[in-house]
Amino acid sequence: MSRQPLLSVRDLRISFPGRHSTVEAVRGVSFELGSEKLGIVGESGSGKSVTGRAVMKLLPSIARMTAEEMRFGDRDLLTLSESEMCAIRGRHIAMILQDPKYSLNPVVPVGHQITETYLRHAKVSKRAAREAALAMLDAVKIRNPERVFDQYPHEVSGGMGQRVMIAIMLAAEPSVLIADEPTSALDVTVRFEIMQLLDELIAQRQLGVLFISHDLNLVRRFCDRVLIMYAGQVVETIDAARIDEAQHPYTRGLLNSMPRIHAPRERLPALARDAAWSKDLREVKR
Amino acid sequence: MTSLTNTRGPRRDFLPSSSKLRAISWRAVSVILTLAGLLALTFFMGRLLPDDPVLAVTGYEVDEATYQKVFKELGLDRPVWEQFMSYMGGVLQGDLGRSLTTGQPVVQDLMRAFPATLELALVAALIGSLLGIPLGIAAAVNRGSWIDHLARVIGLAGYSIPIFWLGLMGLFVFYAKLNWIGASGRVDIFYEGMTPTITGMMLVDTAIAGDWTVFKSALRHILMPAAVLGYYSTAYISRMTRSFMLEQLSQEYIIAARAKGLSRRSVIWRHAFKNIRVQLLTVIALVFGGLLDGTVLIETVFGWPGVGQYLTRGLQFNDINVVMSTVLMIGVLFLAVNTASDFLYRRLDPRTR
Amino acid sequence: MTHPTIVSHTRPLPRWRRWLETDTPESVRHAAFQESWTKVQHFRSQTLGMIGFWLLMALLFVVIAAPLLATHDPNVQDLSQRLMPPSSENWFGTDHLGRDVYSRVIYGARTTLRIAVLVAVIVAPIGLIIGATAGYLGGIADEVLMRITDIFLAFPGLILALGFAAALGPGINNAIIAIALTAWPPIARLARAEALTIRQSDYIAAVRLQGETSFRIITRQVIPICLPSVTVRVTLNMAGVILTAAGLGFLGLGAQPPHAEWGAMVAVGRQFMFDFPWVVSAPGIAIAVISLAFNLFGDALRDTLDPRIA
Repeated sequence: MSRQPLLSVRDLRISFPGRHSTVEAVRGVSFELGSEKLGIVGESGSGKSVTGRAVMKLLPSIARMTAEEMRFGDRDLLTLSESEMCAIRGRHIAMILQDPKYSLNPVVPVGHQITETYLRHAKVSKRAAREAALAMLDAVKIRNPERVFDQYPHEVSGGMGQRVMIAIMLAAEPSVLIADEPTSALDVTVRFEIMQLLDELIAQRQLGVLFISHDLNLVRRFCDRVLIMYAGQVVETIDAARIDEAQHPYTRGLLNSMPRIHAPRERLPALARDAAWSKDLREVKR
Repeated sequence: MTSLTNTRGPRRDFLPSSSKLRAISWRAVSVILTLAGLLALTFFMGRLLPDDPVLAVTGYEVDEATYQKVFKELGLDRPVWEQFMSYMGGVLQGDLGRSLTTGQPVVQDLMRAFPATLELALVAALIGSLLGIPLGIAAAVNRGSWIDHLARVIGLAGYSIPIFWLGLMGLFVFYAKLNWIGASGRVDIFYEGMTPTITGMMLVDTAIAGDWTVFKSALRHILMPAAVLGYYSTAYISRMTRSFMLEQLSQEYIIAARAKGLSRRSVIWRHAFKNIRVQLLTVIALVFGGLLDGTVLIETVFGWPGVGQYLTRGLQFNDINVVMSTVLMIGVLFLAVNTASDFLYRRLDPRTR
Repeated sequence: MTHPTIVSHTRPLPRWRRWLETDTPESVRHAAFQESWTKVQHFRSQTLGMIGFWLLMALLFVVIAAPLLATHDPNVQDLSQRLMPPSSENWFGTDHLGRDVYSRVIYGARTTLRIAVLVAVIVAPIGLIIGATAGYLGGIADEVLMRITDIFLAFPGLILALGFAAALGPGINNAIIAIALTAWPPIARLARAEALTIRQSDYIAAVRLQGETSFRIITRQVIPICLPSVTVRVTLNMAGVILTAAGLGFLGLGAQPPHAEWGAMVAVGRQFMFDFPWVVSAPGIAIAVISLAFNLFGDALRDTLDPRIA
């Protein structure tokens, strides 16, 4: 990772103002992403999904976001207008969402949802876009692309839907992919296939990947590096291969609460929490 | 509703068509049952009437023999069940009896009045859709902005101000004070009967005849009542459009569409709006019900010679046949519109096709 | 999705407020009080809803204090004073029979509230019983009851009310019956939908296992649960009821002269409207304000009690 990182984020803060109180979802997250697979792991509410969406500036309009720095290559994402962001989204940074049942438009045939990405980012004819979409369906290993092209999302299975989603998002050949729990909503049996497919495509295209998940086992197998998030902050950053050597008590807690085949235990320990973890970190920062 | 377990191909191909057929025939049976119910309801409404139906025909000074004769003619000596069957038989053959005031068969009167009401309702529905849908979308997209507040005010006023009163106020301002619009009727009085009747809708007939002077007069007359009716449709349609649109905009596929890099405009129209189009069909069908309600009052206010005015005339002169037949006709019409919209919904939504 | 750190503003509160807002309720009743209190608070935070509430309170006051508020006897005619413009003597002017329009509007509030209240009182139980029975029993009973409901719903509201009112003959009580006959089906639909979900629940199964009769389950278990949403719905529909009543009055099917009724006042004033607009403007505005009040109140009530439909 000698060259300039694809994505660099420094001191990202996101809050959601409410009527009586403000919820601080992300409190000073920093990371850099090169041509690597960076995992973000944390429990629900730790701010990992919000972080992923913030990078694409796809937060709901009530959210307040600040950061010292948020760059894609040499472009400052913080100062880009909405229309400039539209040229980045899909073309340079793309995102796979959790559940194809909800993330695919139910009334648009899946093929059209793929050609749309082409037509948006490349000056091509509808015919050429169709050809490219069929090729993309083939690339995500869908048999009989011609037939699937005209099907509606409710006519395809969950695994196939997620393949379509991947095809949509990789169509314009982005260099960064944010994968927000891409297999959590799928049947256990197809999860592995989808991960394998993602792995292949990422290797082929040399993508930088931000892999958001709550599944530490999955992340350690799939990613190069892991950020552990807790209560809106990164508590630990560690190479996936060395995750067993993690120091932070929260990470240790996560590791200890995972069942293992070779070391069966009667009962898994409950995850311990400590208010001090978020406090002293803030002090360290200052 | 959906199946996400099938990886091989569209499920549609393997779906036994008999289940679809069964659904359609069940739908048909239920429409027929409802129709029979409408008939029964208007029939019994007619029998509730405190006035003696015989006296309504003969007048109050009647001798016993004539009374008995008319009593028999009206079939009042037979059991209720038989009376209902013969009423139903009559209706199915297009016989709704005679109007006591015009002396014409009610069906004939209704046929003559109907195009006027249809024209008014269509123009109003057009106004309501053209204004209401964009307003609702703009309000949902810019939630909390001035346009959202405007839509809310328009909606609240539409749900609160009595339509006949708004019509009267419109008449007061735009006719009495400004003289921008025609008074009662469908055209200025000296143009009446000049255009050959083809569809019965003035705007269409005059356009076909190429008689633009009369067309202008007709436009001047229809504008105000249609605008008042259209206002209420706008209020309803914009409110429904807004809430449908808000629901769609919170869906994950909107995030996905934006993540592709689509512009705000494409996300709204090509993605969110595409999802509510079919729902809007149902809304417009319901608006039609509101318009039929509204025309009764608005036609009275503007002297519009349609079904609504025919109905209120019937009320004034205690003409039972007219009242019950018109109520029945409007009910059947509304049922037809709803059934059609239901059918279209099933045809147009890929998930129910 | 996220519920981490909550930064709350602190302010000093009186003791009763602290009792109502404490995080640690001491008894079930305490908790119940707290729950109602949050709902009251939520409702009070909705400005428009509060405007609606106070408008309705004002209506109630007008209805009770009508004899004190009215400056004239609403029914006394004075042909020498016909169609006088608004003045210090007749605040809203006089009508074609020389009656004081202001006093007639005040007394008209009684008619309107009477219709609204009586329709609600008739419609809520009918809708509840039919809907809850259909939803809970299911099968043939459901099929038959819902088929009947559909027949009533197949007519546009005012048309059906008009048909009934014409059949029953003019008069305020008949108008109330006619409106009630057309207003129950949406309530029944709603209650049925609720009952359908309640029927599935385990505690109903438990009650059934104890050998409770369907009648008692419907009256003791199902109906009480349907009650809040039915209340909201009835309130929301009140504006429509008032408009329908005004429409019937306008068509001459509501309250009969000399009884003051807003819709009928507009109808009578119509022929003098071009020269004497005050005869129709005051009653028309009165109808609009009261249905607006019900709309605002109902919307806020729905947001408070039933956030699902919002």
